[in-house]
Amino acid sequence: MEREWLFEEDHRAYRETVRRWIARELAPYADEWEAAEEFPMDLYRKAGEIGFFAGGLPEEYGGVGGDFRYKIVNAEELVGCRSGGVAAGLGLHDTIALPPISRFGTDEQKERYLVPGIQGKKIGALAVTEPNAGSDVGGIRTRAVREGDEYVIDGSKTFITNGVRADFYIVACVTDPGKKVHGISQILVDKGTPGFTVTRKLHKLGWRASDTGELAFENVRVPATNLLGTENRGFYQIMEGFQEERLLMAAGSTAAAQHCFDITLEYAKGREAFGRPIGSFQVTRHKFADMLTWIEAARRLVYHTIWLHINGHECNKEVAMCKIFACEKAVEVADMCIQIHGGYGYMMEYEVQRIWRDQRIQPIGGGTTEIQKEIIGKLLGL
Amino acid sequence: MDILVCMKQVPDTETKIVINPEGTGIVTDGIKYVMNPYDEFAVEEALKIKEKMGGTVTIVSMGPQRATEAIRTALAMGADKGVHLCDDAFEGADSYSTAKALAAAIKPLSYDIILGGKQAVDHDNAQVYAALAELLDISHVSIVTQLDVAEDGKSAVAQREVEGGAREVIEVSLPAFIACQKGLNEPRYASLPGIMKAKKKPIDVIDLAKSGLSADEVGEKGAKLKIRKFFLPPEREAGKILEGEPEELATQLVKLLREEAKAI
Repeated sequence: MEREWLFEEDHRAYRETVRRWIARELAPYADEWEAAEEFPMDLYRKAGEIGFFAGGLPEEYGGVGGDFRYKIVNAEELVGCRSGGVAAGLGLHDTIALPPISRFGTDEQKERYLVPGIQGKKIGALAVTEPNAGSDVGGIRTRAVREGDEYVIDGSKTFITNGVRADFYIVACVTDPGKKVHGISQILVDKGTPGFTVTRKLHKLGWRASDTGELAFENVRVPATNLLGTENRGFYQIMEGFQEERLLMAAGSTAAAQHCFDITLEYAKGREAFGRPIGSFQVTRHKFADMLTWIEAARRLVYHTIWLHINGHECNKEVAMCKIFACEKAVEVADMCIQIHGGYGYMMEYEVQRIWRDQRIQPIGGGTTEIQKEIIGKLLGL
Repeated sequence: MDILVCMKQVPDTETKIVINPEGTGIVTDGIKYVMNPYDEFAVEEALKIKEKMGGTVTIVSMGPQRATEAIRTALAMGADKGVHLCDDAFEGADSYSTAKALAAAIKPLSYDIILGGKQAVDHDNAQVYAALAELLDISHVSIVTQLDVAEDGKSAVAQREVEGGAREVIEVSLPAFIACQKGLNEPRYASLPGIMKAKKKPIDVIDLAKSGLSADEVGEKGAKLKIRKFFLPPEREAGKILEGEPEELATQLVKLLREEAKAI
């Protein structure tokens, strides 16, 4: 237990709470929620009661202070809920909707969104991606025009986690056209604002229990005070959030790979073929040795980079490496685990297929593997 | 109300128990320790009484250094302070010498009611609360699944489980010891804000000298009971599958039931 140098006593005590909470309140219902492609909204409020969203956020708004290692604990422990969709639904409110409000919000915005957000009474969604702009954030087209004391927003967003059920949306809009990344701003839009509609709930390969929406904005008028942070600095604000989002994804993927490894190891010890456990065949043993090596290497890289990040060291290259390695290897591990399970691995009642489906988004979301490689390449001066 | 809760830190219920080679105890390396699950009901009930009637909740625990973690968990759930009996001399105690030490720690405290789990899930003796109540000269009610403290705090009505699913309703004058059973309540979680607050709550550490007891009265020396040997139940053997025609099978089965299992 004391093997993990990165975490301190408070994190360990909190990990106990969150692990128990997930095992008792979430895991038993995971299959049901996955099948229904939805989980109950009151999970957010229940999570709020144990302080699930409070870590790393300021005390004056209901947080407990400290750094984002609490969120890492959440990302790792959510693997235990046995549904990538539930993990995404709770996790993305926690890690991509609340932190920007905390970081860039005015006092009034923090009272309005952060306080109820930490309590799990208001749910947020970060809306950046558009039908024609994913990795290319500078290419978004949703337009916000300043008219007097208001912004008028027109455009659309897609692949938005919590998109259908959120109470507030942090929408990336073009406020200075032609300036590309230098002309983007983040603007808060409340659910129910006239002209704002959820056009579709999307169906996905994995993350089934999470709600992923497509949004439309037609002449949506919001007060100018809904601007989050600084006008035309939106791209940089988004990028600042990406650092932690990518580390969280890498930590979550590593934990998922470990879990997939653990259940497959049990299976390989019990399942017999040709008169002996399949795990005893060299071909299978070597697979396990490879997988464990990748998982351990990923965890060390991720923990080291988290340490660099929380201690204020520049670590853009390392963050990109974490995102590439941990997310890619988690997919590879899940795929190998299905192979070891044989035909059973392909059956819906076996957890490995679900992990494989849930992990497949990881090298895509939060900046694709290819974009991460470009980041490293550019930082090398190439 | 001054509410006390007796709490023990025990190995996690999911621990795979391994007996040491000498058979004198279990291998403790790598074991994860948690608050005794029945004591969680006691802590929860104490907090509910406090919420209704006001007062303080004090956690009393005996155990090695690591038991502080379980006390902190109870403080994170909302208890106000802790008393930790911690000294090498307390090690190796049985139910009696545990009760003796707890009584010494409790006597100087002011209390209106004492709660605790109906048993600890490590040794499963379910004797400490009765011995403790005797040493404190108060009543006890065991296996309690419902508790209502009177408004004046002078008495309580407790429901306890008896054989065959029946309930016994007991009115008891306070102070008394209430030994809590599953079903009494749904224990709350130690929330993250609670964990942060717990760090500032006081834990009074009581060693042998402070307890006012002598080394012969506590721990292994003060125990009435000596554990001679630990062993695990034998592993279940694989079942036997009979093969053949139905008539043949029936004959074989009857023969085995008569001669091997001696069931008929």
